[in-house]
Amino acid sequence: MESWRTAKGMFAAVATVPTLWLIGFFIVPLGIVWLYSFGTNASLTEIEISGTFSNYSRALDPLYLGILWKSILVAAATTVICIVVGFPVALAIVFSSNKWKPWLLLAIMLPFWTNLLIRTYALIAVLRREGYANQSLGWLHDNLGGLLPLVGLPAPGAYEPLELLYNNFAVIFGLVYVHLPFMVLPLYAALDRLDKSLIEASLDLGAGHFRTLLAIVAPLAAPGIISGVIITFVPALGAYLTPDLLGGPDSQMIANVIERQFKRANDWPFGAALSFILMYATFIAIAFQAMKSRQAEARQ
Amino acid sequence: MTEQQPIISIRNVSKRFGPVTAVDNVSIDIMPGEFFVLLGPSGCGKTTLLRMIAGFEMPTEGQILIDGQDMAKVPPNRRPVNMVFQSYAVFPHMTVEQNVGYGLKIARVGSDEIKSRVAEALELVKLDGFGARRPDQLSGGQRQRVALARSLVMRPKVLLLDEPLSALDAKLRAQMQFELADLQDEVGITFVTVTHDQDEALSMAGRIAVINKGEVAQLAPPSDLYEFPANRFVADFVGSVNLFEGKLTLDEPDRAAVECEGLGKVYLNHGVTGSHQSNVWVAIRPEKIYLHVPGDGKAFRAAQEDAPEGYNFARGKIRGMSYLGDITLFDIQLESGAMLRVSRPNLSRRDQEDFTWDDKVSMHWRADSPVVLLS
Repeated sequence: MESWRTAKGMFAAVATVPTLWLIGFFIVPLGIVWLYSFGTNASLTEIEISGTFSNYSRALDPLYLGILWKSILVAAATTVICIVVGFPVALAIVFSSNKWKPWLLLAIMLPFWTNLLIRTYALIAVLRREGYANQSLGWLHDNLGGLLPLVGLPAPGAYEPLELLYNNFAVIFGLVYVHLPFMVLPLYAALDRLDKSLIEASLDLGAGHFRTLLAIVAPLAAPGIISGVIITFVPALGAYLTPDLLGGPDSQMIANVIERQFKRANDWPFGAALSFILMYATFIAIAFQAMKSRQAEARQ
Repeated sequence: MTEQQPIISIRNVSKRFGPVTAVDNVSIDIMPGEFFVLLGPSGCGKTTLLRMIAGFEMPTEGQILIDGQDMAKVPPNRRPVNMVFQSYAVFPHMTVEQNVGYGLKIARVGSDEIKSRVAEALELVKLDGFGARRPDQLSGGQRQRVALARSLVMRPKVLLLDEPLSALDAKLRAQMQFELADLQDEVGITFVTVTHDQDEALSMAGRIAVINKGEVAQLAPPSDLYEFPANRFVADFVGSVNLFEGKLTLDEPDRAAVECEGLGKVYLNHGVTGSHQSNVWVAIRPEKIYLHVPGDGKAFRAAQEDAPEGYNFARGKIRGMSYLGDITLFDIQLESGAMLRVSRPNLSRRDQEDFTWDDKVSMHWRADSPVVLLS
């Protein structure tokens, strides 16, 4: 490719529109919000940019830090579960026959074709008290429970539906459901590039499958794992819809708090400050990932 | 020789991938300490056979025994064999030392012993001092030695090598052929190598199994394979050959004659076990045909002494020459129109000046040079 230095006209033609777009619809609004975070409410509709740090000091209140910390924990749990579930899925796709591969990948991406809101409501239908999950468990309970006396165990009582919705479990379940494809796809890309004879060599030298996975496959797939982690963790950290619809009173995440500041509380400066704290946390996570993946690349 | 138990016994093994038969009812016994080569064109099933010995593929039918034990239910990580992969499969995230010590660590060998055995193995493949390097700091040949050391350090009963030299350049390949043979001699482990390169096979092997379309076309030591090929496939695949179809006109215990289309009358000083007038093929290697230098009466007389007049003699015109340094190859069009490939060693420095394009030449071959093939 030609350097942009030698083809300035060409470069300008290609780069002008996206640059203007980014400036107009990303940098400028972000700058406005950033300025708001140093402002105070002058009246119901006016914000005075007073240069105060009071919004930030309010955001560092233990109440909000606790919610931020909890959001980080929920996002981290989501990410870990996504790895544990996604890794075998990615491996299975890599080792499936070429005929099946595109279809399996399609199946992974299929949920993207449905609106997130609809998918989340569908989850409510599955998880609620009279939902499909409880119905299925209840059916198993009623039909298989009768078998227990046959093996000498006491017969169970009536089925007590599990509380699956409006709690932290539901939030993490929903986040895993939404973010799993983001984990599987980079893992698949990394594993697919892996020379299969490395795996065979490890088996040949006496290692079992699990040992091979830990000692050979995982380290070589590290760049894929790291990018999977980051593109799962970052959106999970800022998740709004899932905790809003599936969460209970104690499972709100930082994005829900931010939303409330902008809407119900009408405290835009404070909401802006919270947003930027979330963004800084995300930046730190990305910088950490970049550092790690550079280390991983240097090792290979 | 005492009756020895084969270290690997392949018994009536077939392997089918869906409708494709990769290996078709193959039976081979490999003896301890042997340098055994599976030779064949790509896609002939030789690699599948090797992978079945290693345990990466399971036979559809038949049995593989290693050291007398049936391997049907033994996974690759429990087999007393190790493999050197075509791509070498050196672990890129480990140092040379870690690579070579990987198998020992899994076998829970003590760290002191790992250290000494790794050092020993690296010395064996002439890589001492490279232990701390990473694979991307090594050349192809060095990476291959790492793969070799990594397998040898396990002291396997059999070392399997999949196209071990195919990724190396010609010079290095020639050198490694000798080194592999020396190494095998030194460690005394049975080597089973897969290759499509006949030079490689001939120079290294104790015995060669030529595989064609999943079947063993011939199993013999290198010189037998070259000088006494069992069929047209082997004659053609191992070395280059002139093949002519003909009819057996004389077949007695001590002599035989074939009337060949294009080549004329071919006389042999030994019998052929074929029926009279049956269709056979005559194979003559290019280096076994003597090109007569004009005015050299001695060679001409030698031809007449060896075979009856009119036999084992041909005339033609030089249509192509390629000078290869040590030998010159001639493509000669016979009076019948058939083409004959003849090679001539350049014994003195001006030998290549004896002939030029379109020269009319005569040539002969000895009565024990042609091979008669029935299939």
